Amino acid sequence: MIYLDHSATTNVADEVMDTFVKATANFWGNPSSLHNFGALAEQVLIKSSRQVLDLFSANHHQVIFTSGATESNNLAIKGLARHHPGGHIITTHIEHPSVYEVCLQLEKQGYRISYLDVTKSSAEIVMELERLITKDTFLVSCMHVNSEMGLILPIKEMGAVIAKHPKAKYHVDAVQSVGKLEVNITDMNIDLLSLSAHKIHGIKGVGALVIRQNLQLEPQIVGGGQMGNVRSGTVNAPGAASFAKALRLVCEERTRNFESISQLHSHVLSRLQAIKDVQVNSCFHTQSPYIINFCVAGIRGETLVHALEEHGVYISSKSACSSKTKKASYVLLALGFDESVALESVRVSFAHTTTMEEVDGFITALKTEIAKLT
Amino acid sequence: MIYDRILVRYGELSIKGKNRKFFKNALHRAIRFKLAPFTDLAFEVTRDRFYILLNGTDAEVVAEKLGEVFGLQSFSLAAKTENDIDAIKQLALAVVQEQYPGPTKFKVETKRANKDFFMQSGEISRAVGGYLLANTQNLKVDVHQPDMILNVEVRREGSFVMAGATRGLGGFPVGSSGKGLLMISGGIDSPVAGYLMQKRGVEIEAIHFASPPYTSDRALQKVVDLLEKVAVYAAKGEIRLHIVPFTKLQEEIHKQMPDAYEMTIMRRMMYRVAEGVAKERGIMVMANGESLGQVASQTLASMNAINAVTSMPIIRPVATYDKLEIIDIAHQIDTYETSILPFEDCCTIFVPKSPATNPTQELCEKYEARFDFSDLVADCIRDVETRVISVGNTGPSDEVAAEIDDLL
Repeated sequence: MIYLDHSATTNVADEVMDTFVKATANFWGNPSSLHNFGALAEQVLIKSSRQVLDLFSANHHQVIFTSGATESNNLAIKGLARHHPGGHIITTHIEHPSVYEVCLQLEKQGYRISYLDVTKSSAEIVMELERLITKDTFLVSCMHVNSEMGLILPIKEMGAVIAKHPKAKYHVDAVQSVGKLEVNITDMNIDLLSLSAHKIHGIKGVGALVIRQNLQLEPQIVGGGQMGNVRSGTVNAPGAASFAKALRLVCEERTRNFESISQLHSHVLSRLQAIKDVQVNSCFHTQSPYIINFCVAGIRGETLVHALEEHGVYISSKSACSSKTKKASYVLLALGFDESVALESVRVSFAHTTTMEEVDGFITALKTEIAKLT
Repeated sequence: MIYDRILVRYGELSIKGKNRKFFKNALHRAIRFKLAPFTDLAFEVTRDRFYILLNGTDAEVVAEKLGEVFGLQSFSLAAKTENDIDAIKQLALAVVQEQYPGPTKFKVETKRANKDFFMQSGEISRAVGGYLLANTQNLKVDVHQPDMILNVEVRREGSFVMAGATRGLGGFPVGSSGKGLLMISGGIDSPVAGYLMQKRGVEIEAIHFASPPYTSDRALQKVVDLLEKVAVYAAKGEIRLHIVPFTKLQEEIHKQMPDAYEMTIMRRMMYRVAEGVAKERGIMVMANGESLGQVASQTLASMNAINAVTSMPIIRPVATYDKLEIIDIAHQIDTYETSILPFEDCCTIFVPKSPATNPTQELCEKYEARFDFSDLVADCIRDVETRVISVGNTGPSDEVAAEIDDLL
């Protein structure tokens, strides 16, 4: 199997699995219980939170463990919106559906949503943000790296603008950047950060929202008042531990992995560009090397995905969250690509475990299929 | 980073007449202790100034730590140059460009301690201001409402340029006013009271009443965690905690005393025990987190009936504060989240349905006369367990901590 769909999900690292199994076996108490055995699980939770915060250089934040980034995004945006009825949100057209759809929902409820034009340069995006932000703006929500294209947004520079407007809070969806690019909550002035474990070789069903202390969020799941009354439900301490572990592993190796993936990325890029009919879509000035988006003239993305799976090669068309629908990717359309390109586009995404042999195997399979299909 | 030092200004110390030296030394010790982890720092004491020489240490990290020291009025990041007007001008420009890149209204204030310098203060200010205006884009002079005050100081040892000052915590260096015994329950108020006592220079020890199994290890752990936060401000980063085994005394009170007076009498007993512990340790005042009118035990009548058992002064720093004011401080010192954890403490068990809100000393004495509590009180004082709580040194047992660390 050649798995090149790491932006959709990743395999669980052995060490992470080990942590999860041990924590489940030894610390299965309920962190909210009054007795000592529960307190052990609470300690697991506290230490896991601390480790997560340290890895993001966060001094004035706390961690809300969630079921994943979709919940984190919903909690961040809706939770804040409830305290600012009819307020103003700034976001982009290329967010994950769990941000984008939430914003559309809020728009129907009378909130005002502005969208940054991310086809522009980083400097221009920052300038536009400066222009759009008003005293009514209570939230700027922006992803760090787009999952379909690998476009990197100027999170730090935007953070500096938002810092000048204390009423506006800054939510960053870092699902595709964490462990790959530097994410420093303090430097970037981030108030809310969404994370997912299964994109960084952790287990599924675990995510987190890191929030600035004293930030009031309206809970989206109510019940026993766990996680400081922001997110009810018995806290998944073993999940939290495995998440902290997964995060540490990717963060510790981040710089080294980035270098090797950059080499891999240029290698794949040059081999793709050498193929007639292939057009690479993801060539931004600020491009994550972990993602390549391209299309083959005359072959629909979906067709290509299925053709390659015959070779045991797994790639994707659009993001997994929306690839079941027939419509063209709204992300590509927003980035100014034609509908035909959007329908034909496919994505390969790497992890530090991806090897040169694998990507070469992918290129060979791709060439074979292109010859067959065109 | 053009700053090479931090200038520290003393707080109310400056009004302390002959004791000034004593307070200054206490403050220097506190600062040196707080900054001990930064091994590259050096300290320079002049007659009325205290300088921290950074030697490459990140100024912001040091500044954050200085924000935890009582007795410190304010501090400024400073850059040093020689006593030469051109050098001063250039340094001023560098400081402004680093600190205030955007449009700013400013004024220059000069102190010329070195009267040998050939220009007068006003002349220096004008010269530096003029140079800044000529060499920057978006600076404006505004001597009435400046965003930034650029301080120039010409001293014998050299000239200094500083932009703005950061306010310190004020108060007095912890320990400079002697020692107090803080009664701590684990609620929101007592840690705040401990913080405020320290603010006025009092070194605190803490006393906690534990009634296992009615109260749990976690309730005690909560107190330890709270003290760890309060100890951030302590002179040596540590606070002594005296844990009173209160179960037997409390059970007996519950059994022997009428319901309505149970709570009042329990607190009278606590004061007696606390006073005993304080006297043994040579401590002459007690403190607690009582706030007027909050609960039955905190009415004026209650306070009178309870306080009557001791002649030792009792300081109640938050007595006049509203709950929200107390909570604000609790947030500021990061004790709030711990304080609201839901564990029983000895004040919340055996709570009578309707405690007397208007108890009298006479009735208390009458009821207490029905049973001899003196041995039980003496036992409590004798069997106190003392622990030292220091910053960054609490939490689960080492074994469990190691197991969890292994997991992560």
